[in-house]
Amino acid sequence: MKLFITIFFLIFNADLSKSVEPDEILENTELEEIAREIGRNLRCLVCQNEDIENSNADIAKDLRLLVRKKLTEGESKKEIISFVHSRYGDFVLFSPPFRYDTLGLWIFPLIFFIFLSYLFFRRKN
Amino acid sequence: MKYFFLVISLVIISFFFYKGLEKDPSIIPSNLIEKEIPDFKLNKTKLFPFFKKLDLLESKDLKIVNFFASWCPPCKVEHPNLIKLSEKFPIYGIAKKDSDNKIYNWLKKSGNPFKAIGLDNDGSASINWGVYGLPETFLINGDGKILYKHVGPITKKDLSKIFKILARE
Repeated sequence: MKLFITIFFLIFNADLSKSVEPDEILENTELEEIAREIGRNLRCLVCQNEDIENSNADIAKDLRLLVRKKLTEGESKKEIISFVHSRYGDFVLFSPPFRYDTLGLWIFPLIFFIFLSYLFFRRKN
Repeated sequence: MKYFFLVISLVIISFFFYKGLEKDPSIIPSNLIEKEIPDFKLNKTKLFPFFKKLDLLESKDLKIVNFFASWCPPCKVEHPNLIKLSEKFPIYGIAKKDSDNKIYNWLKKSGNPFKAIGLDNDGSASINWGVYGLPETFLINGDGKILYKHVGPITKKDLSKIFKILARE
């Protein structure tokens, strides 16, 4: 039972693993929620595949503070993400923008799916 | 003919994977190449000359901006090569989360390649320049545009590459 509770706790309270430190949290809960949402969309630059909300890296902390500073200054979620994107490029975004040079990333899974469907149905027939 | 499309697809995919292997995943390409140097605010040191964005824009020579810190071991590795670079080009140093005294003690012992130094106490200037680790070095042309960014310590091999880029300008 203890093991079950521990596993349940770990799975459903993943928020506890966040690296946001108490002094970083904004008093305005609405803004803090937006800050966390922005943070979940930004990739940590030195740890890869970890968002800045969950990273202990120095640069992730600096970015978290910057996001919160810009939010309190009145900038929107879109403006903040666009600023960080302008500095660090596509790498910092978890979902790459839809452009001609990223077209392959978006279209390839679809082509692959069509190709596999074709193989599957051809064999069935 | 039966497997023609399959083979062609595999060849194309393999080609892209092979090209991808040549890249270093730890190096993120700069988004600021060919763009004007970004806005940034630095704090003054007590012991070294200071600089602002305007100083970089006003001097019409080729120049180098180096992000460093006295607490950063790779910065010490590249230091002799920075001194060599400083003999031909002015280097402006941005010290990230560092203190006057520590910088002074280090540069007194190892030599000072910097024309001017500013402190980036909160890391905001580093973010404005798209810096994610130390050291990072930017080559800037006479119009204030970023020509090239080097991530990591400048080795002897990198030094000749940097001299070549600057010689082309």
